[in-house]
Amino acid sequence: MANKTIIEKEEVVIRFSGDSGDGMQLTGTLFSNLSAILGNEISTFPDYPSEIRAPQGTLGGVSGFQVCLGSDKVYTPGDKADVLVAMNPAALKVNAKGVKKTGVIVVDIDCFRKTDLEKAEFATENPFEELGLSESTQIIPVPLSSMTKESLKDFGMDNKSVLRCKNMFALGFICFLFNRDVDKAIHFLENKFKKKPDILKANVKVVVDGFNYGQNIDAAVTTFRIDKSTETPKGKYTNISGNKATAWGLIAAAQKAGKELFLGSYPITPATDILHELALRKDLGVKTVQAEDEIAGICTAIGAAYAGDLAATSTSGPGLALKSEALGLAVMAEMPLVVIDVMRGGPSTGLPTKTEQTDLLQALYGRNGECPLVVVAPSTPSGCFDTAYEACRIALEHMTPVIILSDAFLGNGSSLWKLPKLADLRPITPSALPAAFDGKFNACVRNEADKVRYWAKPGDEGFMHRNGGLEKDAVKGSLSAAPVNHETMVRTRAEKVAAVAERIPMQTVEGDPDADLLVIGWGGTYGHLMSAVSAMNKAGKKVALAHFNYISPLPKNTAEIIRKYKKVVVCELNSGQFASYLRSQVENVHYNQYNKVQGQPFTVSELTECFTKLLEE
Amino acid sequence: MSQYTAKDFKSDQYVRWCPGCGDHAVINSIQKAMAEVGVAPDKTAVVSGIGCSSRLPYYMGTYGFHTIHGRGAAVATGLKTANPDITVWQITGDGDCLAIGGNHFIHEVRRNIDLNIILFNNQIYGLTKGQYSPTSKKGFISKSSPFGTVEEPFRPAELCFGARGTFFARALDVDLQTSVEVMVAAARHKGASVVEMLLNCVIFNDGAHKWISERETRADRTIVLRHGEKMIFGNNRDKGLVLDGFNLKVVTIGQDGITEDDILTHDAKCADNTLHMKLALMQGPDMPVAMGVIRDVDADTYEEAVARQIEEVKAKSKVKTFDDLLATCETWDM
Repeated sequence: MANKTIIEKEEVVIRFSGDSGDGMQLTGTLFSNLSAILGNEISTFPDYPSEIRAPQGTLGGVSGFQVCLGSDKVYTPGDKADVLVAMNPAALKVNAKGVKKTGVIVVDIDCFRKTDLEKAEFATENPFEELGLSESTQIIPVPLSSMTKESLKDFGMDNKSVLRCKNMFALGFICFLFNRDVDKAIHFLENKFKKKPDILKANVKVVVDGFNYGQNIDAAVTTFRIDKSTETPKGKYTNISGNKATAWGLIAAAQKAGKELFLGSYPITPATDILHELALRKDLGVKTVQAEDEIAGICTAIGAAYAGDLAATSTSGPGLALKSEALGLAVMAEMPLVVIDVMRGGPSTGLPTKTEQTDLLQALYGRNGECPLVVVAPSTPSGCFDTAYEACRIALEHMTPVIILSDAFLGNGSSLWKLPKLADLRPITPSALPAAFDGKFNACVRNEADKVRYWAKPGDEGFMHRNGGLEKDAVKGSLSAAPVNHETMVRTRAEKVAAVAERIPMQTVEGDPDADLLVIGWGGTYGHLMSAVSAMNKAGKKVALAHFNYISPLPKNTAEIIRKYKKVVVCELNSGQFASYLRSQVENVHYNQYNKVQGQPFTVSELTECFTKLLEE
Repeated sequence: MSQYTAKDFKSDQYVRWCPGCGDHAVINSIQKAMAEVGVAPDKTAVVSGIGCSSRLPYYMGTYGFHTIHGRGAAVATGLKTANPDITVWQITGDGDCLAIGGNHFIHEVRRNIDLNIILFNNQIYGLTKGQYSPTSKKGFISKSSPFGTVEEPFRPAELCFGARGTFFARALDVDLQTSVEVMVAAARHKGASVVEMLLNCVIFNDGAHKWISERETRADRTIVLRHGEKMIFGNNRDKGLVLDGFNLKVVTIGQDGITEDDILTHDAKCADNTLHMKLALMQGPDMPVAMGVIRDVDADTYEEAVARQIEEVKAKSKVKTFDDLLATCETWDM
């Protein structure tokens, strides 16, 4: 074991790992929040199994939470960990490869008995050797379980409840390693356990004892110092997950647009938190229907849009598949509708808790008939707020369904969020009744400039009309199967979606303005791509990033940007869906691809390696 | 008196159902019932799924939404939840409602959302040109069952009661008076009202309900139930229903010492649905088929409960606007 050193770092990655019942998500969240309070940039990513409670101590039950703290801009939760907290051998085994060679591993040594090792499928009694950990890796065995028991021996709690507090001992210990004031942690605990004073008292005692334990074994431990972030613009900040930010984006848009918010949804991992968050907001008049299935989720939303609400449905890939036919109805009936797909690994049930970008082509094309709609994708957890808000604006102003392609990485992950002001957000002017209208209203009466149909809803006097999934006469709005009329309507619906491009921002490029290589990404990979591009720029490499949030329609300057660069590489967490889409939109460009379909985000190192190779070619 | 006539609920569209189709009669009943109930056409929305009957919204002078197969129930649920002030009628057929839309049907009934659900039951798929439906009798021969079906049909009342339905009524397409009567009752009932309309498909299943629909024998083979009235039927109004042990039995007034006093009185408001179920499941030749409002009980409606809960939470919460919501965040200055 090395002697005590203080390591100053710009960025440090910590991974908390244990059984899915060990409270690692809470520990990680608390630690992230109190680091953010101290002025660090943060980016977090929970990585949990689909089993709710797999057998204790087994490899299948390991749940993790990774956070990256930085004094500079932090774009990702980091690749490899500087510090791993492993509550048992299984957690150690699953995460050992993800620790830097010079990293620190804190283990609960009480949980490394022979039976524990067997459960984690270790063959020998020395797991550290068996895993081939580098000699420079520092192992800190802490008797977490027994110390927690000792700490709470006067509390008269049963053994199970006592052991449930051991994550707080770990938190206290980590607070010491990172020179975090334990009072801040206590403050968070006070909020969390407001209504459970006994549990609060126990947790506070354990967290303080964990911190003190760190101090007492001071001599043998490396500690870290990360300065305050100086990059971050001044203002009020909080830490927000992508799913919560999405829900709040809808709420903000509803208020800005003067609409009531409706969500029809069926529970599905990893999107359910959006339903939870909106179900909480009855105080803001949000109506949520937990529907009988995915189809009813979108169909109730379509009904609410028909009634005049800002209507949304939230789901993940398999649910989007079930909603396809109803999406067609929303396109045909020209209803404003926001569909949130928090993408996960597919196909079929696939990898329900893991992240992927494999629903892009489904979102763009997965319907019968010529069925264009708007597709947008957020870049960061807090950016989910802006994208959700934009999706609502586009849906309401253009009378079209909009699909938001979020993903498990963004939805479950969190990042710093500078609190917005509603007054500063872009105005939303929903389609409404025509101002002056003397004809007979029908579902095809539209503003010819942008092809947006006027929105009359049940209850509007004198605007009774019939709408539906059958083709309509372009002028009269009545049923029509006339050949030329159908083609006119197909074109009109496409033109309406294309016209959205007139009211979205131009695509920007970050990084070296004279780059030889343009990296193209979209959606949730922004953090990793930007980190890789920044790192290469710092090393003097000429690389730039065009990261897309508007997928369909694309920003109007897309072709111009792409054609400017000698080399282009499209990076995405699928087998090349955006690349193939771009080939159809901006032709005669040689698109290199970097693809990964492992249910995991990119790592910055694999990206820089790829870009370096491309630059050398 | 309502200020409306049936005409106020008609659109200018040419009605395209086959001549002789039962749908013509049912839409007339609906429009008459709407006029009688008196909700303005612009406060009325008619939502349908797919099938012959689901074309109905196009012929209405109200707001209308022709959705997709089986999903009218879910669209109507969203509409009514979003705006409880709109009177919503859902038009559906035996295939739309009980096959592809079966799940939505039982859930709208379970939620007791205030919809008037008109189930057009002609025991056949008409729009796809003649396949058996979930209500076709076992052994029914159709294009998709050339040797007869081998499966038991649904009886809609069982699904409705199984889903804890609060309103169930039935009428024959050819019986305009009872049709209008049950539809008015359905519209006035707060909650999910299921009206099973037995109608004829003149092309693919002509005469499916012939045993009960023929004018000469109809009074003997059906009984129109009315709340608070004796369960008496028959051409001579001399037949009635009594309980025999745990079962219903047909008796003749004046025979075996039976008087009118012995005949059961219909209680559509009874919370327990056991007798309603027995009445709804009666079938020939031994028993008359029950028409009229079989069950009509009061219960909390979904959309009202949703609105009430919102008001309750609003009253207690400090969060009134999005900015208030932001103020609930644990924040720090950077």
